[in-house]
Amino acid sequence: MDFSASLSLVAPEIVLSLGGLLLLLCAAWMGDRASRAISIASVIIIGAAAALTIPVLCGGAMGAGTLAFGGQMRVDAFAAFAKLLIYISGATCLMVAPRFFDRWGAMRAEYPVLVLFAVLGMGIMVSAGDLLTLYIGLEMNSLAAYVLAAFLRTDGRSAEAGLKYFVLGALASGILLYGMSLTYGFTGSTSFDVIRVALAGDISTGALIGLVFVLAGLAFKISAVPFHMWTPDVYEGSPTPVTMFFATAPKVAAMALTMRVALDAFGLQVDAWRQIVVFVSLASIVIGALGAIGQDNIKRLLAFSSINNVGFILVGLAAATPEGASAMLVYLAIYVAMSVGSFVAVLMLRDANGDYVESISDLAGLSRTKPLIAWCLLLIMLSLAGIPPLFGFWGKLVVFQAAVNAGMIAIAAVAIAASVIGAFYYLKVGKVMFFDEPVDKVTGDNDWAHWALLIVSTAFISPLGYLLTGWLSELADKAATALFLVA
Amino acid sequence: MNGFPILSLMLLVPLLGAVACFMLEAKAARSVALLATLVDLALGVVLWTGFETGGAQWQFQESHAVFAGFSYALGIDGIALMLIALTVFLMPICILASWDSVQKRVGEYMAAFLFMETLMIGVFAAQDLLLFYIFFEAGLIPMYLIIGIWGGDNRIYASYKFFLYTLLGSVLMLIAMLWMIHDAGTTYIPTLMQYDFPAQAQTWLWLAFFASFAVKMPMWPVHTWLPDAHVQAPTAGSVILAGVLLKMGGYGFIRFSLPMFPDASAQLAWLVLGLSMVAVVYTSLVALVQSDMKKLIAYSSVAHMAIVTIGLFAFNVQGLEGSMMVMLSHGLVSGALFLCVGVIYDRLHTREIDRYGGLAINMPKYALFFMLFTMGSIGLPGTSGFVGEFLSLAGTYQISTTVTLVCTTGIILGAAYMLYLYRRVVFGEQKNSDAAAMPDLNVREWLMLGPIAAAVLWMGVYPESFLAPMRADIAALDARLASAKPKGDSQPTAPTEATRRTHAANAMEHHGDAEEGPTNEALEGGH
Repeated sequence: MDFSASLSLVAPEIVLSLGGLLLLLCAAWMGDRASRAISIASVIIIGAAAALTIPVLCGGAMGAGTLAFGGQMRVDAFAAFAKLLIYISGATCLMVAPRFFDRWGAMRAEYPVLVLFAVLGMGIMVSAGDLLTLYIGLEMNSLAAYVLAAFLRTDGRSAEAGLKYFVLGALASGILLYGMSLTYGFTGSTSFDVIRVALAGDISTGALIGLVFVLAGLAFKISAVPFHMWTPDVYEGSPTPVTMFFATAPKVAAMALTMRVALDAFGLQVDAWRQIVVFVSLASIVIGALGAIGQDNIKRLLAFSSINNVGFILVGLAAATPEGASAMLVYLAIYVAMSVGSFVAVLMLRDANGDYVESISDLAGLSRTKPLIAWCLLLIMLSLAGIPPLFGFWGKLVVFQAAVNAGMIAIAAVAIAASVIGAFYYLKVGKVMFFDEPVDKVTGDNDWAHWALLIVSTAFISPLGYLLTGWLSELADKAATALFLVA
Repeated sequence: MNGFPILSLMLLVPLLGAVACFMLEAKAARSVALLATLVDLALGVVLWTGFETGGAQWQFQESHAVFAGFSYALGIDGIALMLIALTVFLMPICILASWDSVQKRVGEYMAAFLFMETLMIGVFAAQDLLLFYIFFEAGLIPMYLIIGIWGGDNRIYASYKFFLYTLLGSVLMLIAMLWMIHDAGTTYIPTLMQYDFPAQAQTWLWLAFFASFAVKMPMWPVHTWLPDAHVQAPTAGSVILAGVLLKMGGYGFIRFSLPMFPDASAQLAWLVLGLSMVAVVYTSLVALVQSDMKKLIAYSSVAHMAIVTIGLFAFNVQGLEGSMMVMLSHGLVSGALFLCVGVIYDRLHTREIDRYGGLAINMPKYALFFMLFTMGSIGLPGTSGFVGEFLSLAGTYQISTTVTLVCTTGIILGAAYMLYLYRRVVFGEQKNSDAAAMPDLNVREWLMLGPIAAAVLWMGVYPESFLAPMRADIAALDARLASAKPKGDSQPTAPTEATRRTHAANAMEHHGDAEEGPTNEALEGGH
């Protein structure tokens, strides 16, 4: 394939990187006055990248025509599905940010640019067809993310979050790199295709160690147990719009990357990694649920909730079938909507002075003081718990269906039984908002952008979402087919 | 029948009403809720009259492929028809029961009830396995809110217990359902009811469904959520809980466990019968010592539900018909008893039995209604309770005399605790002046209790109206179970010529009622 064809395949990445560089220049020249304009421009650039990505997904692009730069990038429907979720998360996180940072006078022009680069890095991650592309994308995303976590420079918690994220993220990158080098050493290539073929048959101990280290590094990025410890602290400390970003886009990117690595590069060694995934999945579900019970900070609670949800998504990976991959993508899409909705709701909880309320006990009686927010938050919480008729149930259903169809009934049974533990803390939020006496803490007003995001995401996770199941499944099936076709 | 989507309409009316109530002020919300439930009641009447007894097994069918992986398929047989009728009958009464007693957040309250109605009708009308599950589980949310927001002092504990208990019971059923879909390749319930699952798998599937339905039913020893939920729920919440939600467990057995896993049902019948025996005796004794009226009735519900389960697992027509009749009767009677408690609770704000006494003097009309429902609960001939309990026990006798013996003591104990309750509340001297000053029933309360009283008597005097629509479905289920039927230990004597003739005559009569009715009319027309 010639160079120009490769370039046209990576057009969304080119748009993002050129746009990002241009806006960086604008930021340098015009300073923080232009931060709002740069935010808007960033959203437009992300929208343009999304517009270039949609045809790839709808057309169900797969096979040799999607390989760019000799297979280093794979611009197939699978990557497109993940990218669109990343773009949506990135854009929403830009939309809610200015109002949050204005509170501290900390809205800086670099913020949208950093988000843009993080989004670019994640786009590269999900379309990686080579260990090196994978690493470049991962680091590009991570470096932007470390800065974003510490973006409130005057706030101690934010700085702590940034530092923790950096140290642990660097450790994870190191582990990942170590695993990659072992894999390279035992297979002789960094290309997923070659690794896949080289690992056929009995696996050597060295390659197995490489595989384990790669998966451990990726487990850090998706914050799966036992590599989850950073999540609550980083989620709590980071500025809320950034937390929302962390809970959505990097999760999608890292999960999609894990799928590509596990099902493609290590796709002929399913039995070697399945037990790891099963353990990580069940441990995440249980620890995520138990850890959340004692939390009073809603951001920490949502951090444990994200760990819990990652566990459920991984059940689909353990199935190691196209159906499982499709189910994971459907779950990810619903998960993004639920996370966006929950964090937007958190951003709307402000007291009379305009300060943000993060303590769950301060939400007491919210259903009487702010009924609409309370109802939306309740529906989102029940959806996260997977209670029908809310749409979160559909995500769990398809994942479990894939697991059952793959013959993993015991794992599905244990996972679903553990989901009842999770229901407890989601109910706790509902109980505080609906059953307790009002404390009149949350009184601040909100602008239309927050309302719109909250209403749209709540409508998506409401039973109305089921009307989208046909369409969502079709797209996810295309993406999963693309993933397995290369494999 | 004629293609008019009446079931969808019955789901839609309360749903729209719920949305409207959500945004309305208290006064308007009450009226809208009453209107919506009355419209649904009218639709229910249309449904019943339009139902062709002896016609196709599944009627009023609708199916739309709007979802991925499952379809929006509705349709009812006689069993579902009866339970839907029970639901739409009780709902307006629930709204009336909450008319004055609920004063805070009325709009949300009515919305929760109407949403609940949609879900309950959906459970009985769903013909798709996953659609059924969604309706079945979704009911937890409004009930959680009803108990938690409008409940009594210990409402938070009760709402959690209700939610988590039932959720834990149900989730394993979902895995079983997914396996069934995988194995049978369909989510369509009528097909699954005819599908033969491998015998080994049946046991596991049966146990997973049992976990859900036993909790919902509730069966001893997983009944403990029920007394808490009942005591803390507002009156109308208790009525719906006892009247309809508990029936979902029985409906689940009759719709899923028995026809889909007949071998496993036979194999594990001892489990159900054993637990039911314990339940009847144990919970009746517990009911006897309660000092809280609602708790007493809650425990009596557990005992009555055990009569349902023994009838279901008797594997014969009497048992199955009896179970359905007990369910319908219990839905009316226990609902009415909770309303009776609600009537005096609204006046005195206590459920302590000791605080009342001698109500027959100042509330004679109330005392009369209360007595009728007490008798219905005991199963006095002439009330609805008798028909079901008798049929159920007669059916059980054919497979196990011991179980029948033990469970019949439950009827005696039932008479003991209900009459004891009645004596303490209604008879005796008026020891508390505030209780003695309570006024008798007002018009609204008449409207609540009157229709139920009429239905209880109707069902007791002429049960055929209720049995006829279900007869063909029960017979089909009996035929499905025939191969798995366990051998009974009762030893009926060989019939003499005389008894055989009577039996034959009875059989003819039944036959004529069920299928040759139109022919008779045609003959008459010919004359």
